[in-house]
Amino acid sequence: MIRLASSIIPMLALLAGCGAQSQSLIHLEPVATGSRLLAAGCVSCHGSDEQPPAGGLPLAGLKEPYFIAQMQAFQSGQRTATLMHQIAKGYDAAQVASLARYFALQRRPGERP
Amino acid sequence: MRQQRRGFLKGIGASAALATVGGCATLGGRAKPKVVVVGAGFGGATAARYLRIWGNGQVEVDLVERTDRFVSCPLSNLVLGGSRQITDLSVSYDELASRHGVRVIRDEALAIDAQRRQVRLASGNTLSYDRLVISPGIDFMYETIPSLATEQAREVVPHAWKAGAQTLELRAQLQAMLDGGIFAMHIPKTPYRCPPGPYERVCQVAAYLKRFKPRSKILVLDANPEIVSKKGLFTKAWNTLYPGMIDYQPNSELVDVDVRGRIAKLTFADVRADVLNVIPPQRAAAIAAPFITANNRWCDTDWLTCESKAEKFVHILGDATLSAPAMPKSGHMANQHGHLCAESVLALLTEQPLPQSPVLTNTCYSFVSASQAVHVASVHRYDAAKKTFTAVDGSGGVSAELNEPEAAIAHAWARNIWADMFT
Repeated sequence: MIRLASSIIPMLALLAGCGAQSQSLIHLEPVATGSRLLAAGCVSCHGSDEQPPAGGLPLAGLKEPYFIAQMQAFQSGQRTATLMHQIAKGYDAAQVASLARYFALQRRPGERP
Repeated sequence: MRQQRRGFLKGIGASAALATVGGCATLGGRAKPKVVVVGAGFGGATAARYLRIWGNGQVEVDLVERTDRFVSCPLSNLVLGGSRQITDLSVSYDELASRHGVRVIRDEALAIDAQRRQVRLASGNTLSYDRLVISPGIDFMYETIPSLATEQAREVVPHAWKAGAQTLELRAQLQAMLDGGIFAMHIPKTPYRCPPGPYERVCQVAAYLKRFKPRSKILVLDANPEIVSKKGLFTKAWNTLYPGMIDYQPNSELVDVDVRGRIAKLTFADVRADVLNVIPPQRAAAIAAPFITANNRWCDTDWLTCESKAEKFVHILGDATLSAPAMPKSGHMANQHGHLCAESVLALLTEQPLPQSPVLTNTCYSFVSASQAVHVASVHRYDAAKKTFTAVDGSGGVSAELNEPEAAIAHAWARNIWADMFT
């Protein structure tokens, strides 16, 4: 049924003059989906490279070793915080490394290329 | 398997073409996959925005929303306390359209035809989708409190559990109350939207009464056996900031309400108040009714894709879902669902792998006064074996103390998360 529809309907569309691209699927460049989804979890407090956060503490553009060291310090309790020590403990070493790589590749908020 | 998926994807192309034939006169050719999002709250607005950003503009997104602007439930208790206005919590949908190309449709979704993959709107229009995302929030279960079923009744006994006119109604009643009056609030059994919200509300009303009507009393009628969130911190706030003002009564099951008399009828007593605030029990909002699978209230979803377990191509976010273990019904959590859903829907549309072991965070701030706040935080990791999210051992927690820095952080949180939804 679907096969039938897929072969006939585009022709109808063409006949109707509405453009012949309906069959085409989008193609997105493969992305490190894990990283950007993980990083999106931080935006509600830390903003993004596009939007500097209210209240400071942007992550975009932080150097990789610095980010990893800070997360480890929060996890161990060496660096104190109101909340971040509790959040940091939710991420394993691989996830911290993935976040560190992601933020290091971003520009500081407001920074021009 | 591979063959089947290819065939299925061709099906998507075909459905897009079909819609083109039907609607080219007004809509123009539809070459791109179309996602319809219902509800522009924390879940839906986030999903719509990220589908456009991460989809690189190659996915068309229609966002159906019945209100003309977003009014945040988080922070809305501050309107009762008097430190914020409702306009401070309101955000326009305009930038979703102008910056991100989301087609924002001011209408109400009335029904979903899953067979035809169409959404029927109150205006009479229909929208076709390749995938549908609904983030409809909650409806109140008035069958449990029939006397509150009319809008007139709710003007006398407001819930103020959806921010906006109801918030202002409750604020007006508190302002009109005489010094020495009684404010009573009923809290439903869990699960309900925003677990700490009722207790924050008690703090905010207390802050207002302490300043302007100090002889007044607050009665907290809780259907639960104890304070369900941040118990130690709220108890401390009530005892130290508002001593002698708050009477907390656990296990208070509401049977009915005498609206005219502002009387909460409990199993064992009738409680009369000067201002009565009843937060009714809740379920997934009506548009999600066909997808309710749990306890006649909530929509069970595949937690990796947010797809309904009752219907293919329908994804459900936010408070309407059957929450994963230890996952709260919160705006922050719905925003996180929005990210996850956008990523998964894009993966499904492009034959990319689904996210691997995603992590969702939650942070809920509660204002215990105008200038002090406390938080509860948690981190939730997808467990592939259990096929759900579980709280990560050793993570999360609450504030050490009532404190002022977190009040400033909470206001910043609100600005940041609203920006992540709308800017």
